[in-house]
Formats: sequence, structure tokens, C-alpha cells
Amino acid sequence: MSTGPMFDARALTVAFGRSRVLGLRAIDLTIATGETLGLVGESGSGKSTLARSLLRLNRASAGSIRFQGRDITRLQGTPLRALRRQLQMIFQDPFSSLNPRLSIGRAIAESLIIHGLARGSEIQERVAASLAMVGLPATLASRMPHEFSGGQRQRICIARALCCRPQFIACDEVLSALDVSLQGQMLDLLARLKHQLGLTYLFISHDLRVVQRISDRVAVMYLGRIVELAATAELYAHPAHPYTGALLAAIPTPDPLIERARRFVALPGELPSPARPPAGCAFHERCPKASARCRTELPPLADIAPGHKVACFHPN
Amino acid sequence: MSEPLLAVENLCVTFASEHGAHAAVSQVSFSLRAGEALGVVGESGSGKSLTMLSLLQLLPNGASAAATRAQLGERELLRLSRDQLNSVRGREIAIVFQDPLTALNPVLSIGRQITEVLRHHFNLEPAPARLRAVELLTRVGIPDPALRMNQYPHEFSGGMRQRVTIAMALAGAPKVLIADEPTTALDVTVQAQIVSLIADLLQQTGMGVIWVTHDLALLARIADRVLVMFAGRIMESATCEELFTRPQHPYTQSLLSTLREGRTATTGGEAPMVSHADPAPVGCPFAPRCAWVMDICRATVPVMTPAAHGGQVACWKVTR
Amino acid sequence: MLLIVIGVALAAPLIAPTSPDIVDRGARLLAPLVRSAADAQHPQGMLHLLGTDSIGRDTLSRLIYGSRLSLAVGFAAMLLGALIGTLVGVISGFFGGIIEAISGWLIDVQLSFPFLLLAIFLLGALGGGKAAVICVLALATWVNYARIVRSQVLSIRNQGYVEAARAAGAGASRLIFIHILPNTLGPLFVVASFSMAQAILTEASLSFTGLGLDPSTPSWGTMLNDGRDYLLSAWWISTMPGIAIGFTVLGVLMLGEGLREVLDPRGSR
Repeated sequence: MSTGPMFDARALTVAFGRSRVLGLRAIDLTIATGETLGLVGESGSGKSTLARSLLRLNRASAGSIRFQGRDITRLQGTPLRALRRQLQMIFQDPFSSLNPRLSIGRAIAESLIIHGLARGSEIQERVAASLAMVGLPATLASRMPHEFSGGQRQRICIARALCCRPQFIACDEVLSALDVSLQGQMLDLLARLKHQLGLTYLFISHDLRVVQRISDRVAVMYLGRIVELAATAELYAHPAHPYTGALLAAIPTPDPLIERARRFVALPGELPSPARPPAGCAFHERCPKASARCRTELPPLADIAPGHKVACFHPN
Repeated sequence: MSEPLLAVENLCVTFASEHGAHAAVSQVSFSLRAGEALGVVGESGSGKSLTMLSLLQLLPNGASAAATRAQLGERELLRLSRDQLNSVRGREIAIVFQDPLTALNPVLSIGRQITEVLRHHFNLEPAPARLRAVELLTRVGIPDPALRMNQYPHEFSGGMRQRVTIAMALAGAPKVLIADEPTTALDVTVQAQIVSLIADLLQQTGMGVIWVTHDLALLARIADRVLVMFAGRIMESATCEELFTRPQHPYTQSLLSTLREGRTATTGGEAPMVSHADPAPVGCPFAPRCAWVMDICRATVPVMTPAAHGGQVACWKVTR
Repeated sequence: MLLIVIGVALAAPLIAPTSPDIVDRGARLLAPLVRSAADAQHPQGMLHLLGTDSIGRDTLSRLIYGSRLSLAVGFAAMLLGALIGTLVGVISGFFGGIIEAISGWLIDVQLSFPFLLLAIFLLGALGGGKAAVICVLALATWVNYARIVRSQVLSIRNQGYVEAARAAGAGASRLIFIHILPNTLGPLFVVASFSMAQAILTEASLSFTGLGLDPSTPSWGTMLNDGRDYLLSAWWISTMPGIAIGFTVLGVLMLGEGLREVLDPRGSR
């Protein structure tokens, strides 16, 4: 095992479709073993695409991805399948993430079966162990997905991801479909599992409150690029990129006096279409600080403080 | 104080299933005044959406609603005939739903969809209807409205689509606008925009707005009063400020502590799914999750009684 | 309903009053419920419940035996068509690209071709007989399956559980057979029942026009054909099989609908 970061992506670019629309643009990112990296941004910013790239569920058009020192960018066939044991993902919608025709026990055991990790009664034991880890009794293994609520199904999906003992789990908006009170429980569960099993997480969410609670570092994405990257406390206390600032300002605080006195000015406009990205800094059309330079030049992701990177010509 | 626009007393929604009748919403009472924003907060399964749908008789098959009173102005909503209902829906009360994609017809241009609403309610000729539609689109903040009238839903982003549905809801010049989780599917920046929009509309028109959500923090910005629902019942009702500063009900308190500190004060577990066929629960529905539960809580359902903060609360711990 | 027909078909040898092939020249064109003249085998004459046809064969017996043939042919055609159609649908839906383009083109070509011409040509080429008829019928129906299956596959392909299986390392065959295919079955059964009904009807019309099965074999289609010349006088020769066909087709369709409801894993809602 190398001592470097778990993931090392350089200039990672992913294009879609015949018109080669860029979902990711030259991403440089490292994820350290054992950390939880939060990934925030609006829909269309490329967060899910990034997660899928790391899991090799799509193909990079340019750049490279290294996992534990090994280049996996062009991996195919058997070695790719073997890699899948280490990398798992949990998805947003608990209602379509489970095959309605398979019992949940069978669904959880899928990775065991595919990789031949267990046989016969051992499969049942491991499924029961996975269910226990997420707080569900083993007797439920024979039930079908439609018998469970959204929160329970999400837990089943977590059990499924854990069953093959992966090292890395990408959580793609896993809390968005759940109620607020359930979100807290789910976050606690994920945190506990991380410590128990020594996992590394990529935690994607558009809800900044949630990301703050679980992440060690946070990356902010905009239109396929990372525009800010810092330790959680630092990012939330001193957001440098105007977009990060706008995101944080948009979070409702549970205090009517503050909220009403705020004279809140919502960030105008919307995310530009990835098919027609603006020149220069992609954010300049909505940015209150945009200058002539921002309209023509692309700001690089650079350090403004140790461990705090921003891609902006006029950071705060 | 003027007469309330909407007055509801003892609303119940029951589901008839093979296991017998099941009350999804019980004894819900509230009122709404002109220019007021009423927030309704609750988890999924709390019955908040069903309550709203029942007012317009939009309940799913097998569900029926009854109330001592469900009055919009002079009319009893639950006793309206089909024709009378059609003149209320969209015209007196309009609903904006969570998912704008399914609320909009993908094969009709949005201009067509808005003008259709206008012509249905006001019998306008095509030309004045189009003008009004462009006005409405401008009102909800859509740039280049004349151009975008001819575009189709899929050409709009999520936030824009929701603005279009709001425009359609406003087309009938309703007295009451019900927004059922309108921003849940939207990004946080777009959510902030929509909240601002609705707040502006509230000030400019005499409309009453009911905002249904599971995110209590959202209501801090826009609600004048808040109802907290759980398992088909109202647990607490108060002005927004009072609810956030002096919450009386344990459930409200736990919601707020989750929001503020990120810790849940309850003993965990999921809210009972209201439409599932369990035998009718006895006592306070929150009892299984309540840190202060007493014997009486498990035996008898608490009634809404006046509380210290000027609102009402249904809790034995408070009213003893 | 279908059970009745199936039961009749299976029990044919037991309940038919007589062999369908016996020709009783003396009892030609008897109306239903008329007794034939007495003869050696039947001292009181036979009661032909549904009459006889132009050469004296008992209609009821032929009807009963015919059920076997029509059902068998219909079912076999449906099965063959389903297999081909589903295979094409799944492969083109899953892999897309050039495979999809080719199968799409094939489907369009076939649909634009008048079926009867196709049938005549193929039956001429293959000679008559049951196997040929089944193949032709299958050819008529595979297209239905292919299109529906393909569109189902396209929508299921993007579901979360398929992607989760991919992330777990599943290969194409596992994805197709365990995850995608079982979830397409619902609508497939409706299509299957519809196309079986279609097969029965088509067989009847083929035999009616003389293209299908050998006229002496008792299938409902051939019976319809036999009665063609006697529609006004001996109406029962054609009408009885016609009713039988209608009854069976209805039963098949209802069965398909029922199966689809049962298969929905969400249970009745």
C-alpha cells in the first residue's frame, strides 16, 4: 500500500455525448486515506460525475486517476472488476436503488456473489452482519424492497455497499430524499461506520449544513471545476470564493429575527449550461466582483492559505 | 382583524383499506388571513400534504375528508359540487407542487399552458391572454418572457420551471396560494430566490400563502405563523418568532435542536407512516419518541390548549 | 375462461362424441341438435349437438379437437415470437449503437411489408404444415415484443439499482438477466397474451384463405373455411368455430391482464 493519498486525480476531464459536452474540466484533486471529503455545488456542477469517475463508472476523456498509487484511468475487464470491490457508491433515490424483484438479502449479497467472496451459508452470515451494522434485524433479509420505508431502504443500500468490505464509499446525495430528523440519524450511522471499518468517504450534497457536520475537508464545484477547497471549519468561517459565500448566505438559519433583518439578496441567475460555458471564469456572469480579467482568463486553483485553495482573481 | 380567508375546523382525512378505515389526518384546525403566510412543517407521513389536498378534493382513491368547517369565504369547500369545485380550483385556491417537471405538460409550450389557465378562468380572447401571460412571467422573474413563452418545459431549468408553475398558479388571481414543498427539489441558491419571490408576492397582493415543508428553517424567513404536524395531528401552533424562541412541544424542540446543533434530542426511530394499515394508535402519536413521555401520554390523545406563547399546543407535559 | 378451453383441449379424446374424422355421408348438413339416421354404430342415430358439416363430420367433435390445434399453434407461435422479440429488444436496448440501428431498420422493413404477402411467400417457400405456420405467425408478432422490451430496457437501464450492480462489478449478462429482464416482464405478459390472441386469429384467417393448415385437419380456421359456402344455409359450420375463437381470444387476453397484476411485486394497489 502506498503512503500517498488514496485518490489522486490530475487534469481529469470527462466529456459526454456526441457534442462532447464537458461534465468535468481538468479536475485536480486528492483524497487522503481515512478522510471524509465533502463535495458541494448545484445540480449540473459535476459532483456526481466526479464520483462516478473515481469509481470508473464512466470513462475519462483526458487526465488521469490514480488509486493507491495505481493508474486506473484506462482500466478495463477483469482488473476493473477486481477494483470494484474496493470502491462502492450509495445513491440518492432509495426508491430506485433497489431492484424491486430481488429480496434485500439477495441485493446486499450481490457483490459477494459477483466476486466469489463467500459461498452458501457464509453469504447469509455476511448479509446478516451487514444488516446488523446498519441497525436492521437479519430476519428482514428475505423481504422485498417495497415493504420498507425510504429511510430503511437507504440503510439497506448502505449495507449493500459495505458487504464486500470496500475501502472507499461515495455517498451521492444520500440524505436528500430523507426527512430532517432521519438525516441526523443517517449521518451518525455513516460516521460510526467510518470509524468502525476505517472507510474513506466522498460525501456529495447540495445541503451545506449536512456537509459541514460530516466532512474533514470540503470542495466546492461550479460547472465542472473545483473553485474552492479547504478544511471544513476554515471554509465555513472564511469562504474565499464569491460563489461559496453566496451558497453559505443562501442557507436558511432557524432564527426569524436574523432571517428577516437580513435584507437578503439572492444570487441572481442560474448555473450556465455546460454546453455553452462562459469564457474565462465560469462564474463571472453572476459574480458581484467580476472584472474584465475574469471574463477572459480562467483563474487557476491556487493556495491562498495553507490547505486552502481558491480559483478566483478576487478572493475574499 | 379582518375575517379569515380560510377557516378549517376539525378536518379529518380517512383512508379505507382492506384492513379497515384509517385516519391519516385527525382534528386539524387552522385559519389563514389575507396577506398572511402560514407555514406547515412536518415529516413525510405527517399528513401535511393530505390536509391541503383535501381542501381542493384532490385526495387519492380510497381517501375521504370530513370537517366541521372548511370555509373559503362563504363557501364550504368539502361540500362543493363538481362545477363549483372547478371554479374554486385555480381561481380561489391554487396549489404549487414540489416537482415542476410533472406539473407541466411536456408537449405544450409554457405560453400555451398559462394562456389556457387564463382563458379557462376569465374567458379571455387569445391576444389579451398572451399579454397577461407575459406579464405573469415577468412578475415571477423570468427574463425575456416574450421569447420564453414559446419554449417548452424541458428547455427551462428546475428553478425556472418552478417559477412557471407559480406564474400559472397566480394566473387565476387566487385568494389562497398553497405551496406544497415547492423548493425541496431545488438547489439552495434557487430556493432562496423562490422564497424571496413568494415573500414579494405576499407583500404586493392580498394573497394568503400556506407553505408546506419539512424544513423548519425555511419558514423562519417567510412564515408569520407556523403549524407543526406529526402523524396526522397538529402538535403546536404559534407565531413564527414564538415558535423559534419558545417552542413548547417536545417534537418542535427536537426539530429545532436538530437544526441548530445538529443533534437529535429524541430517542430516534422513524415517524409512523400515516397511510400504513396499523391498528389505530392510542394516545399521543409522538409518545414512542418523546423523552418526557408519561403514562397519560400513552393512554389519551392530548388536545390543543392555549400555551404560554400565545399559540396552542397538544401535549400533556405542557398542559398539566 | 381460458381454463375451460384448455381443459377441453386436453380432454378432447374423452369428451368428443366421436372421432372428428368420421365421415357420415348420410348425415350431411344436419342442423344442430338433430338426430342422424340410425346406422350400425349408433342404433338410435347420433345426436349431433352442433350439427354436421358438408361431408358429415360432427361439428362438436371437430370443434373440440380443433381447440387443441389452435391453442398449440397459437402458443407455440407466441413463444417463438416472444423469444426472438425479447432477445432483439434486450440486445438493442442494452447495447445501443449499431445493433440498435440494425434492428430498428429490420422492424421498420417488416412493418411496412403487407403481412399477407409475406405469409404467402413464406408458406409457399416452406411448404405448408404446422411448423411453417408457426414460424410465419411468430414472424408476425416478434416485432411487438422487440419494441416494448427495448423501450423498457432503455428506461430500466438508468435506474439506480442497475448502476449499483455495475458498481458492484456486474458484467453485461448479469445485468441483463438478473436486473433488467425480470423487470420488463410485466408489460411483456400483456403483449404475450395479445400476440397469442393475434396468432390464433391469424392462423384462423390463414387457414380460412386456404394458406394455412391442411384443410382436412380440424382446426378452427379450416372449419371457418369449410363453412364459407354454406353461410346462409348451414350457418353452424362457420359460426361455431367463430364463437370458439372469440371465446378463447377473450380468455387469453384476460389471462394476460391477470398475470401482469399478479407479477407486479408491489402487490395489489
